[in-house]
Amino acid sequence: MELLNELFSTLLSTIYDVAPIIFIIAFFQLFVIRRPFFRLNDLITGMAYVLLGMTFFLVGLDKALFPLGSAMAQQLTSPDFINPSTDQSISIAWQDYIWVYIFGACIGFATTLAEPALIVVAIKAQEISGGSIKARYLRLAVSIGVAIGISLGAFRIVSGIELHLFIIAGYVIVIIQTMFSPKLIIGLAYDSGGVATSTVTVPVITALGIGLASTIPGRNPLLDGFGLIAFACLFPIMAVLAYAQFADWTSRRASPKETEQEGE
Amino acid sequence: MFQIKNKFLNQLFGSCLDLLPIFVVVFVFQVFILRQAIPNIGDMAVGAAFVVLGLTLFIQGLEKSLFPIGETMAYAFAKKGSLLWLLAFAFALGFGTTAAEPALIAVANEAARVASDGGIIEQSEQAKNDYAFGLRFTVAFSVGFAILFGVLRIIRGWPLHYLIIPGYVGVVIMTFFAPATIIGIAYDSGGVTTSTMTVPLVTALGVGLASAIKGRNPMTDGFGLIAFASLTPMIFVMAYGMVL
Repeated sequence: MELLNELFSTLLSTIYDVAPIIFIIAFFQLFVIRRPFFRLNDLITGMAYVLLGMTFFLVGLDKALFPLGSAMAQQLTSPDFINPSTDQSISIAWQDYIWVYIFGACIGFATTLAEPALIVVAIKAQEISGGSIKARYLRLAVSIGVAIGISLGAFRIVSGIELHLFIIAGYVIVIIQTMFSPKLIIGLAYDSGGVATSTVTVPVITALGIGLASTIPGRNPLLDGFGLIAFACLFPIMAVLAYAQFADWTSRRASPKETEQEGE
Repeated sequence: MFQIKNKFLNQLFGSCLDLLPIFVVVFVFQVFILRQAIPNIGDMAVGAAFVVLGLTLFIQGLEKSLFPIGETMAYAFAKKGSLLWLLAFAFALGFGTTAAEPALIAVANEAARVASDGGIIEQSEQAKNDYAFGLRFTVAFSVGFAILFGVLRIIRGWPLHYLIIPGYVGVVIMTFFAPATIIGIAYDSGGVTTSTMTVPLVTALGVGLASAIKGRNPMTDGFGLIAFASLTPMIFVMAYGMVL
């Protein structure tokens, strides 16, 4: 019964979230384009699937992942786990947080693989590119990017190095990579950052950031807890560009003649 | 009928594979590193089943609804040739989907708390609510602007990186002038605006436009709308912090 209640209230809030989208689409379709919807039945069943799917997805995450994920983030960052000796005077070095970095990388990788928005964008990219971009590899590249980003972001919170130094360095790397990347991938790579940080990833890494910033002495949770999402947004761009460069390089090595013809 | 069933089962199996890593990571860390039992195994199992079912339904539904509608509307606008309406649609889509975004509401409230603790605004509920509301509308406006600008880029065929790289430079310059308290929030706001619902619709719009307009390639020109939507909020939020 409690479960039913939860499902129902989540369904309501999902409908509330989607309402502006439906309203805008309906307004422009009916009053500006002035044509009836193409395959209205399919649209309505599809929308019902989306709403129901989102509801089950959110309730399920709330039951299976979020409470445990946040609890784990808190336990891994708590002083009892980091420094089990009773002598609290021993100061904590950044190396002591090694499990936090590993956990951040693993959970970031895993949640990004499950990110619904990324799944559909990857399928789309595979379709448009005629299969030269593989959905699975693209998602793996983005996930690896998020994994690196989160563990580096956790290291930043622990070490207290300024956020913007990392971000600026990241931008410089992205710009250099862009100059050497195949043109086809650039748009998709730039998009991948925003796509990677959605429903599944954001709550878990937010919990990790707040856990870290509130347990490390001298950190202000309100100030230093931010920034992990920015890392998780930036590193997939590098990872996807690197994947494209690697794929380009291997295909050129495998068949130098064929790529030359394509280039003309 | 048989094929549809098959596709659904395929998708269900795919969803299981997609979600497997999360459960492996949680299990390994809980049992081997933290050395604790998994609490509420029953709840976990029900939750996991829900997540798999939900993901499957969601992806199937998207392929039937938001994806085709985004593309057919893009075609219709391209055929109609009314640039003004298309830009209005782009702005409305960006603004409308972002203003109601739950992740953004959470971040805006958090930011209001930071601002009030830092003494930037008064320590009253009213001041905090005003600040959070203003921030939300700043971000929603910036995403609306981003989609509008991104659509204009697709129509004109401007190369994406010539616009994104100056955007990065803008972010860096703003960082030196914005108050320190807002920088973390501004950087994060780029990632939280693009939700699971917005991304597929906006992607379909971009790809649809790029395939409908002659001389545009859906791969090079169709993507990039999300990139703008994650870049402009950073600049606008820092500007918001500077003005207030």
